[in-house]
Amino acid sequence: MTVGQSVPRVDALDKVIGRAKYTDDLCEKNAYTAKILHSTIANGIVKSIDVSEALNIPGVVKIVTCFDVPKFLFPTAGHPWSTDPAHQDVADRLLLTDRVRFYGDDVAAVIAETEVAAKQALEAIKVEYEAYPFVLDVQEAMKPDAPQLFDAYPNNILGHSSIRRGNYEEAIKEPGLTKFEAWYETPTVQHCHIENHICYASMEGNRITVVSSTQIPHIVRRIVGQALGIPWGDVRIVKPYIGGGFGNKQDSLYEPLCAYLTTQVGGRPVKIDVTREETFVCNRVRHAIRSHLISWVRPDGSFAARKLECYSNQGAYASHGHGIAAKGMNALPQLYPCDNMECDSYTVFTNRPVAGAMRGYGIPQAMFAAESQTDDIAIALGIDPVEYRRKYLMPAGYVDGFSKNENYFDTFNQCMDKGKKYIDFDRKFKEYQKQTGPIRKGVGCSVFWYNTGVWPISLESSSCRMVLNQDGSVQVQLAETEIGQGADTAFAQMTADALGINFNKVHVISTQDTDVTPFGTSAYASRQTYVGGFAIKQTALLLKERILKYAYELTRMPSFELDLVEGQIIRKTDGRVMISLAELATEALYSMSHSEHMTSESTYQIKSNAYSFGCCFAEVEVDIPLCKVTLVDIINVHDAGQLINPALAEAQVHGGMSMGIGYALSEQLLFDPKTGKTLNDNLLDYKLSTFVDHPHLEAQFVENFEPTSSFGTKALGEPPVCPVAPAIRNAILNATGVAINNIPMTPHILFERFKEEGLI
Amino acid sequence: MAQYKLVKCTINGKETETMVDVRASLTDMLRNDYRLTSVKKGCEVGECGACNVIIDGECFNSCIYLAIWAEGKKIQTLESLLGPGGELADIQQAFIDEAAVQCGFCTPGFIMTAVQLLETRKEYTREELRKHLAGNLCRCTGYENILNAVEKTMLRRLGKL
Repeated sequence: MTVGQSVPRVDALDKVIGRAKYTDDLCEKNAYTAKILHSTIANGIVKSIDVSEALNIPGVVKIVTCFDVPKFLFPTAGHPWSTDPAHQDVADRLLLTDRVRFYGDDVAAVIAETEVAAKQALEAIKVEYEAYPFVLDVQEAMKPDAPQLFDAYPNNILGHSSIRRGNYEEAIKEPGLTKFEAWYETPTVQHCHIENHICYASMEGNRITVVSSTQIPHIVRRIVGQALGIPWGDVRIVKPYIGGGFGNKQDSLYEPLCAYLTTQVGGRPVKIDVTREETFVCNRVRHAIRSHLISWVRPDGSFAARKLECYSNQGAYASHGHGIAAKGMNALPQLYPCDNMECDSYTVFTNRPVAGAMRGYGIPQAMFAAESQTDDIAIALGIDPVEYRRKYLMPAGYVDGFSKNENYFDTFNQCMDKGKKYIDFDRKFKEYQKQTGPIRKGVGCSVFWYNTGVWPISLESSSCRMVLNQDGSVQVQLAETEIGQGADTAFAQMTADALGINFNKVHVISTQDTDVTPFGTSAYASRQTYVGGFAIKQTALLLKERILKYAYELTRMPSFELDLVEGQIIRKTDGRVMISLAELATEALYSMSHSEHMTSESTYQIKSNAYSFGCCFAEVEVDIPLCKVTLVDIINVHDAGQLINPALAEAQVHGGMSMGIGYALSEQLLFDPKTGKTLNDNLLDYKLSTFVDHPHLEAQFVENFEPTSSFGTKALGEPPVCPVAPAIRNAILNATGVAINNIPMTPHILFERFKEEGLI
Repeated sequence: MAQYKLVKCTINGKETETMVDVRASLTDMLRNDYRLTSVKKGCEVGECGACNVIIDGECFNSCIYLAIWAEGKKIQTLESLLGPGGELADIQQAFIDEAAVQCGFCTPGFIMTAVQLLETRKEYTREELRKHLAGNLCRCTGYENILNAVEKTMLRRLGKL
């Protein structure tokens, strides 16, 4: 068995020797460079564009402005398409726009022979704008007199959803209740994959090929077709290795524009290589969500009633839209079941960079609010925060009526037991409550749950193709993409086991090419190992059936008494090796009497989902006069079911923890209130966690085999980021007695709060 | 208008010369003129370290090093580490063994920073290694396994593992 083993990544060799090819490495040297002119106002219209001077710059080939492009509005979100118009993503983008909605919107594009010429041309283009008032704050944008971004969305509200359970107003009248109420603020952050988005497009015949650093090639094909108003089959997307995505590349970014630009220069190759500054401003960001949470709690700590309002800052275009705020809101009633709940979430347009998918998809924001308040309640009632969670968290056996997800095991307690033990929580939590002096330590914890994939909200299906070679090795193709997480390796492991061949006989084709790769929706929602597992198993069984049928011809044994084990055809009755798969495959291809190319292909539509769980425990040291937090120790414990590859799972958790640490302590995009311009659009001023900002990252697991999965697996890609910020926040609370409800918890924030609480 | 200049230098042990735009970075020259695509572009302003190469024994962000400054220099990119028969350097093998590779985009720059560090033949603590490696950014790994890979290679070279 290969599943469950820490085999080395199938792509590691090529990556450590520099042979792995990413988009830019594949682009022809003679490709034109395209650069985009971004608006210098946050809201308004483009009245005119003068390109005459820019066109005279040597090397400039063509300039396309917002007045030239086709007017097919298209959606950008990397969601499966819905044939039901009511469930389709909002189509609000054009390739270039004369109605500018954020500082950095795309108004023109220069195609040039060199990057320098393109940049010079950008500076020479003269744009006349009519500026409108703009709004950056989510609740300001909802006010009646706020600037309106879209006529179709009054008060800028893109989406509003609610949960009503029991009777909140009646329930809060119960005598003896304590009210806990707070506002929680989470920042706009960016994915910061080290490879910026890049794509290049060219034509063959009348078809357009786009090679792109994307997570979602088949979805991008559809969107390019929609944006250009051409048949989807006229578009071919190729996805080579990509330098990270984290959700930013789960959107169609500049592929549609790039595809259009090649059509404007006779199909010659055109490359759009996004700068780091553009990545921060003109791609996607994480939704900043402001949450207002009220809990009415009985003396024993149980919830009588809860009320939650979430205000999610969408920025200028819909992208993934309301799904993120809605997902975050829906997490709470399942995390801590309560009979009387009133929840409302609003997703609101503002004149800020566009928010889209990012690792965790609303759950890091929701957990910050929910799990911060959990500690506030437990501490106020004098209950140990872990014991409090044991009592009121989603119990074993809980079933969600909508997703049909079931909490099969006592997972939360198993995870918390491990986390507690590692950090020595019981002793430290009590000891640290009694500190005085300028330097104080604290421990804190937080939990989360996460779905696996998007069923039943959207389509879940995965397709797989297997092709048998003469030597008994197999090529495997899936639309599910390798984006750094190790998907190709996990797929190879699952194929080896499902088919009955050795791991080194499986060749996963890493590159997706929509002309040849079976259809699938690719990397998002922590879905791939789960959904790909079904398609792999089903396709492997089909191939095996075909192989064993052919084996009957060569062995005169019935196929039902044969099996394929480690690349050998075995007679089940006595375990004798009848023929090797290599011999069979060679004979099958070259046989003069019955030649057959052994392949299989199938689609499996997934109609299940699975709860993934975990927790984080953190220890901090707080320097009160300096208002500075140092993270001393941290552990995440996850139940992602059976681990397909423990070493890669651990590595995945490290990365998510790192992203969570940045979210808690340092990362945020800042916007100039006077202009709407993003102020820190670079990796010096945007404080991504570096090597020295981390202690050792401890990752542990509880491996409860997920019964709905072919390989016992469930979500792990996004979950590690979800519980980190509230765990660190709760550790600061333990250290100082001060509840911080805004992240990132920078010295600026701590200074204000410590002053309020009289610590300094 | 563009001005061009002949740049002669040694790249991965081979003497080379090419005409470059005087405004071009060493990253541009290595990627475009020599197709050394291990030299990655993550920011092009010296923030992320993905383009790190070794110049006369010292590691630099090649994106903020002008190509013309390479005149007469010895330049080493990740491509130089592979032996003639395809043998991996110890640090490359360690990155594989320690699961220190994910998307792989920061990997070449990290390995080149590590190569320079390891060539000092000094023993660093984990905290010191963190500081020395802090010029390279990674979003996938949380740096944990990269640290393990570099530390283990260091200890092996010093005969302590």
